[in-house]
Amino acid sequence: MSLAVHLRSAVCLLGRFPALAGVDLDVRAGEVVLLAGPNGAGKTTLLRACAGLVPVVDGTAIVLGHDLRVDRRSIRRQLGLVGHATSLYDDMSVVDNVRFTVRARGGFTGAVEPALERLGLSGRLRNVAVSRLSAGQRRRCTLAGLVAVDAELWLLDEPHAGLDAEGRDLVDQLVGDARARGRTVIMASHDLERASAVASRQVTIEAGTARRRPSSPDRPSETPAPAPEVSGVG
Amino acid sequence: MWADAGLVAGKDLRIELRSRVALNQVLPFSFVVLVLFAFALDPDRGVLDRAAPGLFWVAVLLTSLLATQRSFAIEAADGNTDALRMSGLDPAGLFLGKAAAVAAQLLALEVLLLIGVAFLYGIALHSFGLLALTCVLATLGLAGAGTVYGVMAFGLRVRETLLPLLILPVLAPVLLAATRSFEAALGGVPRECIGWLGLLAAFAALYAVVGLFGFGPLLEES
Repeated sequence: MSLAVHLRSAVCLLGRFPALAGVDLDVRAGEVVLLAGPNGAGKTTLLRACAGLVPVVDGTAIVLGHDLRVDRRSIRRQLGLVGHATSLYDDMSVVDNVRFTVRARGGFTGAVEPALERLGLSGRLRNVAVSRLSAGQRRRCTLAGLVAVDAELWLLDEPHAGLDAEGRDLVDQLVGDARARGRTVIMASHDLERASAVASRQVTIEAGTARRRPSSPDRPSETPAPAPEVSGVG
Repeated sequence: MWADAGLVAGKDLRIELRSRVALNQVLPFSFVVLVLFAFALDPDRGVLDRAAPGLFWVAVLLTSLLATQRSFAIEAADGNTDALRMSGLDPAGLFLGKAAAVAAQLLALEVLLLIGVAFLYGIALHSFGLLALTCVLATLGLAGAGTVYGVMAFGLRVRETLLPLLILPVLAPVLLAATRSFEAALGGVPRECIGWLGLLAAFAALYAVVGLFGFGPLLEES
């Protein structure tokens, strides 16, 4: 199976601080990888680096066949990122926000209504301005955009945060469904018990580097990763 | 690029229609500025009608500053910066869309301000074609330059205070040319407008080119 993400000695700087100090990480297409680690370990930076939002200044960084050190912009339409912020326009309605997300990504606007329905936003909340939503409902709205776009690689930073029990279960279902459709998911979470239940494997990030946890007997063992095919746009 | 521009402009204008910041805050601010000028330059002394074109364009300049700040404030809130970068929208389309939305709001405000100037300062408006052409060209320059400097200050924590410092000196040629063009039009010497209109067109074209090519890198670095 091909690699969705291939990082070797990847270094990212936030100012002069090496937020990633030589990370090695391989994620196969269709895998769900959980990033664990303490606050400030570099999980968010790793996700943002994979999204091309933080430049990789040293090492190798290839995501979905694109060399991020050559071009970190052209990959973005193939990715879905849910970060700490909900990335919504307060003065636009739920449906307008999701529709804008989909249209901006060049996606199929017919996927908007099913996504709203899936996230429980199709009823009275559909036309409500986002500024009137609760934190959990805002989170659902962001997730609706992710589902409607259905990107090839999902990058989720604390996806369970701010959600009620039903919402957290829904996130787990969405991740499971994405995996079933062959999507690749990398998620950072402190809710390890819940997140590890849906993840194929766990990678611990410590002080800007990745420490791989030995495979458990009931999970597929890790084999040396094949070299990825690289396409860079110079 | 054009599709992306339309999408972004539509989104910004939809947000404006719902939030009504331009209508409820920017427009009253502009009228307050006009009224304060009227207080400062006593209408009875005859100064006001001579200074009216300049005062109108100073009010428009301050209005454009607020409109530009608002245009980028909605992108800075709640992680929308990342969403905008992740969208994969053509940066040139992004620039055109944001500038077009600012320009549309400014043009609407200018019409209302012009009526306000005529009413408050007792100015007889004529040569509407030249006035309209001046407004359009100046607005394109203001929106283009505002969008370029807006994205430049976008990612900075001090953007609210830095943006006026960056942009007001840059917009001086627009203020000068638009004021002179208005004076010539209102003074009944339309020929004198031509040079100033040319300067406004050149300014708008310059910032259109800078924005089309520079918006993407500036957004990435912000």
